Amino acid sequence: MSTTAPPTVTFALTEEQQLLRSMVRELLTERVTSARLREVMLGDEGYDAVLWRELADLGLVGLAIPEHLGGGGSGFVEVSIVLEELGRVLAPVPYLSSVVLGATVVATGGSEDQQARVLPDVATGSTRLALAHLDTAGRLTGPPGIRASRVADGWVLEGEAGYVVDGRTATDLVVAATTDDGLELFLVDAEADGVERTDVEVLDATRPMATVGFSGVRVDDANRLTGAEPMAALHAGLQAAVVAIACEQVGGTQRTLEDATAYARDRVQFGRAIGSFQAVKHRLAEMLVAAESARSAAHHAARVLATDERQELAVAAPLAKAYCSEVYEQATGDAIQIFGGIGFTWEHDTHLYFKRAKSTKLLLGDPKHHRSLLGDALGI
Amino acid sequence: MASDTTATTDQRARVEESIDALLTAFPPARTPEPEFWGAQFDHGLAWVQHPEGLGGLDVSPRWQAEVDRRIVEAGGSTRNRTQNVLGIGMGAGTIVAHGTEEQQQRFLRPMFTLEEIWCQMFSEPGAGSDLAALATSAKLDGDHWIVNGQKVWTTLGHLAKWGMLVTRTDPDVPKHAGLTYFIVDMESDGVDVRPLYQITGEAEFNEVYFTDVAIPDDLRVGDVGQGWTVAMTTLMNERVAIGGNVQPRGAGAIAQAVEAWERTDAPDRDPAKRDQLLRYWVEAEAMRLTTLRAKEAAKQGTPGPEGSTAKLQWADLNKAITSFTMDLLGPEGMTYPGGYAFTRPDVTSNRTPSPHKAFLRSRANSIEGGTSEVMKNILGERVLGLPGEPRVDKNLPWREVPRS
Repeated sequence: MSTTAPPTVTFALTEEQQLLRSMVRELLTERVTSARLREVMLGDEGYDAVLWRELADLGLVGLAIPEHLGGGGSGFVEVSIVLEELGRVLAPVPYLSSVVLGATVVATGGSEDQQARVLPDVATGSTRLALAHLDTAGRLTGPPGIRASRVADGWVLEGEAGYVVDGRTATDLVVAATTDDGLELFLVDAEADGVERTDVEVLDATRPMATVGFSGVRVDDANRLTGAEPMAALHAGLQAAVVAIACEQVGGTQRTLEDATAYARDRVQFGRAIGSFQAVKHRLAEMLVAAESARSAAHHAARVLATDERQELAVAAPLAKAYCSEVYEQATGDAIQIFGGIGFTWEHDTHLYFKRAKSTKLLLGDPKHHRSLLGDALGI
Repeated sequence: MASDTTATTDQRARVEESIDALLTAFPPARTPEPEFWGAQFDHGLAWVQHPEGLGGLDVSPRWQAEVDRRIVEAGGSTRNRTQNVLGIGMGAGTIVAHGTEEQQQRFLRPMFTLEEIWCQMFSEPGAGSDLAALATSAKLDGDHWIVNGQKVWTTLGHLAKWGMLVTRTDPDVPKHAGLTYFIVDMESDGVDVRPLYQITGEAEFNEVYFTDVAIPDDLRVGDVGQGWTVAMTTLMNERVAIGGNVQPRGAGAIAQAVEAWERTDAPDRDPAKRDQLLRYWVEAEAMRLTTLRAKEAAKQGTPGPEGSTAKLQWADLNKAITSFTMDLLGPEGMTYPGGYAFTRPDVTSNRTPSPHKAFLRSRANSIEGGTSEVMKNILGERVLGLPGEPRVDKNLPWREVPRS
């Protein structure tokens, strides 16, 4: 095994990073109340545009975009802090789709001109990217649902892409399409003629997904990404997203642990706080153990991504996604049990976390898929 | 934080000065071990955190790693630490904290030089998780205490010259208040050390029987009735002693599982088994990263809950992985290579046991050093702040508490 070398990790946050965390925590606690989350979730807008603007104005949307392109020039550790806090409150904003998936693919796959054209507006939040790379069955292996054909002055896109995160509300689509010469990536105006976007009825209503149809959609040559090998750029975006999801999951797991613990301290049955019963206490202790290890796995992956250690990332990213997904699902399921009847009601927020957990577990590859990738990386 | 303060710079200088002096005067490669360890003690490098004159320099314990590294680098040995693990790891801190000056002068140096091995006698057949319920009695008779009872799970009991012993000196007060701590000469009349054979067929541990054993009062550690406090000092030192190095990635139980997988014939390498193996690999690595994170946080002086979760997670995971390895071995898992040899293993060696022995030995992981049930109570109550169980024995005299 070539990957056994112990990675050089520092988990500690700098003072600036700690300040970033408390700033984001404070803001989101105030803005993303249960009432507001439900308003957005059940409304037509598809995301919290007011919060999105605020996040952008604070420089959090453009955090990792280079300074010369209007961003903050930070690394992925800073982004991971924001993601963890967003996951903690299930913030209904297109951060994963635009900042992580879309922007990473453009930053990796776009030429300098293309990056300069797109990323400054991503940083201000006025451009919201969504990545359309799957077919309608959402298969991870196999070609995308879109085909691109060469025409005189550009390309024509045909087909249907499934499971496009924030696909209906995005301003621009990053489209992976099959051509006669293999995979290519295109930037497509989401309002272009022939693009039809339909919301999917999703399990996790705080994170919309769409099916995006393309019929005779014309794309200029200038909008084919030409900065790097398309498959590599797509892979970079997906790998960053996988780590991002793990960070979100850690935030959600920690919040779930805190809420369930607080409830177990307060809720009295048989004349005792239910948290004094070992059946409840031990479940929470197990949740704590798992939450701490999930945090280690996600933070490690975020640091490896930040330092671009490719070989270690092939271990750290699938490990984080596989582990944090399982921990989050278990924690939220256990939380419903600890809350008891109230945890099963629509009124209580636990089901929102439970649904986010299941949905993100399946998003961009389930744990088994990622364990298999890990096994390939380890030669097992 | 990480930056060196003046105090740290000063400590570093003192430690390095002592190391240089020791290595110059007693080149480890040419000095007999006991003589070298004695000199190491005299230079304050046995346990740097303890006071000067007692084998330390009164500096932060984190310098010890540097001391040991330099000694090993110069061809010296630190095997005294593993071969007298209970004395050096747990006893020394207890004697420094609670012992009399005479006890400190008498016991610490020969403990460190490996001339006198130590053991620890706390657990009893009737006092496992509920250690404070212990029943071994000590009654004052003139200037001696007469001890009767039985201790169990005594590591190194058969080699030890001295033992750390907790006894009940007052049965008429609640359990924690009636305990007293002694140092006992294991060669005394009435001390009977017997091997305790475990499910591996080996005896890592002993049972120790006390029949009218006389202990002079000047071997009492701490006040009469203060035994619980002194015992807690010993156990806190145990945590420090155990919380040492973090294993490299893929080491330990998971290495044996991977090895068994690699030896599995291709037709038997089904995807379900591969996925299970990787599931364990993932958890083992996540846990390892947590211990790294905990170590880093502790070093920075900002320890969090991540420092308390490893024992519990490791115990359950180790059991699961070693069991899975046996499954991978298939029919070979029905064998026990070498058979059940009723011997005493060298518990201080780091030799990797066979997967079969590891499988059996791992069953103790969730019992020894705090059962998983007790660990979960501790995490629930001390880390998460959940209320404790109602305690029926808290205010009762020990004598009136039901015992099995």
